Amino acid sequence: MDPVKVIEIKKSIFADNDEDAARLRKELKEKGVFLLNLMSSPGSGKTTTLIQTIGRLKDRIRIAVMEADIDSDVDAVKIKEATGIPSIQLHTGGMCHLDAEMTRQGLDNVDLSQVDLVILENVGNLVCPAEFDTGAVCNAMILSVPEGEDKPLKYPLMFSVCDVVVINKMDVLPYFDFNLEKCKEYIHMRNPKAQVIPICAKTGEGVDAFAAWLLEQVCNWKKQ
Amino acid sequence: MHELGIVFYIIRDVKQAALEHSVQKVSGVVMNIGEVSTIIPDYLTDCWRWAADKEDLLRGAELKINTIPAVTYCEDCHAEYGTVAHGKICPRCGSEHTCLLRGNEVEIKEIEVPNE
Repeated sequence: MDPVKVIEIKKSIFADNDEDAARLRKELKEKGVFLLNLMSSPGSGKTTTLIQTIGRLKDRIRIAVMEADIDSDVDAVKIKEATGIPSIQLHTGGMCHLDAEMTRQGLDNVDLSQVDLVILENVGNLVCPAEFDTGAVCNAMILSVPEGEDKPLKYPLMFSVCDVVVINKMDVLPYFDFNLEKCKEYIHMRNPKAQVIPICAKTGEGVDAFAAWLLEQVCNWKKQ
Repeated sequence: MHELGIVFYIIRDVKQAALEHSVQKVSGVVMNIGEVSTIIPDYLTDCWRWAADKEDLLRGAELKINTIPAVTYCEDCHAEYGTVAHGKICPRCGSEHTCLLRGNEVEIKEIEVPNE
């Protein structure tokens, strides 16, 4: 007799999460709630971009924010103080990303009958968040100028799952070797359908375009 | 630590499979890991050792890794080529219209249980 018995499994470890995410998306559709998953490296300006974007949209649609971090609640407090909209903090307990189950637990703390758009600010990281479907309707990522134009080559999965790539910190462009056209080319090599929107969250330049893109997605989702 | 997160998902799925097959003890887990799955095998086995030993079901169980070579397909000239060596650009015709056929797997192939 063989010392071990082999049981065949043949299952992707992402399979359960993918199913869970698809279920969550369907539930959100029924409730008329649009979930945006916002990803980036740490320090690319996610929270500042959100504050600027929310300021342009909060009189037209009802918004809530979920901030995911390994620890602390500085981002949730900052969003609430700056915009006045409901904002909750999720702790991932050391995990480097959110999955559909964690997203669902977060949404349980949001009154979904009172919102049109929930923005999930994922953990700052370009690797793991791209692998785990959160149940969001659209994925957005922010790449900031100081990070370099070559990031789409180094983190291809992140760029291939995004519907929109926001290029932030355009105001510091003169101080860095960052070629916007080259960057767009790299992004489109990975993902020909990705929209690319250059902005400066600090001054607000370009944020109108991102806000308009987001509003259109939310309206389409609620209409369909 | 990306691999630690992955290990938690592996443990969850192995526990589920053990329950379904009424298994009390697992001695090995065989993974299919694609060459371009962003997982570093050494880190994965290190994280596995740390996390698996905290579970009665998995204490001492070995994580074995089967590497799946990454292959890309060219939509223009229909060539198949090694992704790690050539990336997104087809080495035969220079086209950028290519897609990954395999090599991003993170899959539990099988589990091994002691035969009693």
